[in-house]
Amino acid sequence: MQRILDHPILGPLPEEEKVTIYVDGEPVEARKGEMIAAALMATGKPYFRKTVKRHEPRSIFCGIGRCTDCVMTVNGTPNVRTCVTAVEEGMVIETQMGFGDWGGKR
Amino acid sequence: MMERDIVVIGSGPAGLCAAIEAAEAGAKVLLVDENAKPGGQLFKQIHKFFGSREHSAGVRGIDIGTLLLQKAEELDIEVWLNTEACGIFDQDKVWVVRDKSTSLTIHAKRIILATGANENVVNFPGWTLPGVMGAGAAQTMINIHRVLPGRKILMIGSGNVGVIVSYQLLQAGAQVKAVVEAAPQLGGYGVHTAKVRRAGVPFYTGHTVLEAHGTDHVESAVIVKLDAAWKPIAGTEFSVDVDTICIAAGLTPAVELAFGAGCRSVNSPVLGGLVPWHDESMRTSIPSIYIAGDVSGVEEASTAMEEGRMAGLSAAHSLGYLEASRYRSRFEAINHNLLALRSGMFGQKRRDAKEAIMAARKG
Ligand SMILES: Cc1cc2nc3c(=O)[nH]c(=O)nc-3n(C[C@H](O)[C@H](O)[C@H](O)COP(=O)(O)OP(=O)(O)OC[C@H]3O[C@@H](n4cnc5c(N)ncnc54)[C@H](O)[C@@H]3O)c2cc1C
Ligand code: FES
Repeated sequence: MQRILDHPILGPLPEEEKVTIYVDGEPVEARKGEMIAAALMATGKPYFRKTVKRHEPRSIFCGIGRCTDCVMTVNGTPNVRTCVTAVEEGMVIETQMGFGDWGGKR
Repeated sequence: MMERDIVVIGSGPAGLCAAIEAAEAGAKVLLVDENAKPGGQLFKQIHKFFGSREHSAGVRGIDIGTLLLQKAEELDIEVWLNTEACGIFDQDKVWVVRDKSTSLTIHAKRIILATGANENVVNFPGWTLPGVMGAGAAQTMINIHRVLPGRKILMIGSGNVGVIVSYQLLQAGAQVKAVVEAAPQLGGYGVHTAKVRRAGVPFYTGHTVLEAHGTDHVESAVIVKLDAAWKPIAGTEFSVDVDTICIAAGLTPAVELAFGAGCRSVNSPVLGGLVPWHDESMRTSIPSIYIAGDVSGVEEASTAMEEGRMAGLSAAHSLGYLEASRYRSRFEAINHNLLALRSGMFGQKRRDAKEAIMAARKG
C-alpha cells in the first residue's frame, strides 16, 4: 500500500540500504533485511498466490509465520512464507499458482 | 548431548523475563526463538502500559523490550534466534531446528515454555480475500515493517487488541471506518477505547460482519445488526467502503509443545481455552516443565513478564540455585505484583480464572 515514512511515536523511517528483487519478472526496490511480504505490500501487490482448486487469491493473514496464507515461489522454491523470509539482493519472487512448480526439484 | 540447566522456549516478554530471573539466580540458561529478532509481540506494542509504576505503567512496550534485551545481554544469556523448538521428549529433551537446517537435541534439566498465543479467526463469506487479516498482522505490518496494509480499515472486535491496533492504524496514517463488536457492550479498557472514539471512529456494538466483497482484494464489507440471540436482523444491513478488514477476536494459547510433551490440560474459557495445568510457581503437571505468559492463559504483556519471572525463579530454585529464604521473599514479591495486575473490573475475572486452573486437579 504505502510505507509509513513518518510516525508520531516511531519517528521518521530510518535510512536503509536498498536491494533489488524481481517480482514476476519486474524489478522492485526493497529495504535490506525486510520481509518479502512487507516489500510487496509496500508496492500495493493485491495478492500473493492463487489457490489450487478454485484459483482464489490470497495474501497475508497472520503476518507472523503461522498460517501459510502468504506463500510464494522464491528463487524457484514454492511455498516459502513471505512474511517471515527476508529479501535478498537479486531474489526472484513469483506469484504462486496452486502448489507451484518445483521444476523437477521435488 | 548438549546440556543446559534451563531451556526457555519463546523470547517474548514472558520468556525474556524467565531467562533473566533464572540467570540472575545463577542458572545456565539457553533462550530460543524461531524469529530472527527477540521480543515476541513486545516490539509491536508502541502504546503506554498502565497499572502501577512497578509494572512499567506509562512506559511503551517497545522501550520495555529494549531494556529487557539489554539486561539479557549484561547477564550473558545464551540466545539462539531462528531456532524452532519442534518437540519435547522424555520430559527433559528439547528438539530444535536451527536456521531451518540443523537439527539437534538438548538435554534441559528444566524447560520453560513461553510460546505465546495465536490469533483467533472469524469466518464470513469473503474472509479469505486478500485484505482480511488478523489485527496482530496489521500491527506487525505497521509497527515492525512500517508498511500500511491498507488505507480504509474495518476492525472486528472492540477488545484491547482491537482498539489498540485501531489507534495505531490511525497513528500510522490509515482511516479506520468503523469498529464492530458482536457483544452488546465494548470490550477494551476505557482509556484505549476513548482515544479511538475521540478520533471520530464509529463503534457498532451488537453488530457483525455479514460478508466481504471484492475480486482480487477486499473492496467493501456488509455490516449487520444482531438480535439478542446473536442472529442477524434482516433489513439492517449496510455496506462500508474498506480495503482492509482486521479481525481482533481474541487469542488462543500456543499449547502444542506443552500438550505434545504430555502436560495435563485444563479448560479456561476466560483465558482462551485449553491451557496446561499449572500451580502458583508456574510448574505444569510435568515437574521439569514450567510455563509463562499467554501460553498459560491469555492476559497481557505485564502479567506475562511477572509470570516469566515466577517461572524463571521457581525453575532455578528447583535446581538448588536459591536459598529458601531468598526464594520465598522473591516469590512473594512477584505474587504480589501479579495480584495487583489481576484486580479491578477486568483483572478480577482473570484472577478467578487463574485460581480455577490452579485449583483443578493436577492429574
Ligand atoms: C499479534 C499479536 C499482537 C498483540 N498485540 C498486543 C497489544 O498491542 N497489546 C497487548 O497488551 N497485548 C497484545 N497481544 C497480547 C500479547 O500476547 C501479550 O501482551 C504478550 O506479548 C504475551 O507475551 P508472551 O511472552 O507470552 O508471548 P509472545 O510475546 O507472543 O512471545 C512468544 C514467542 O515465542 C516464540 N515461539 C512460539 N513457539 C515457538 C517454538 N516452537 N519455537 C521457538 N519459538 C517459539 C514466538 O515466535 C514468540 O517470539 C498481542 C498478541 C499477538 C499474538
Ligand atoms: S501470513 Fe501467515 S504465514 Fe505468512
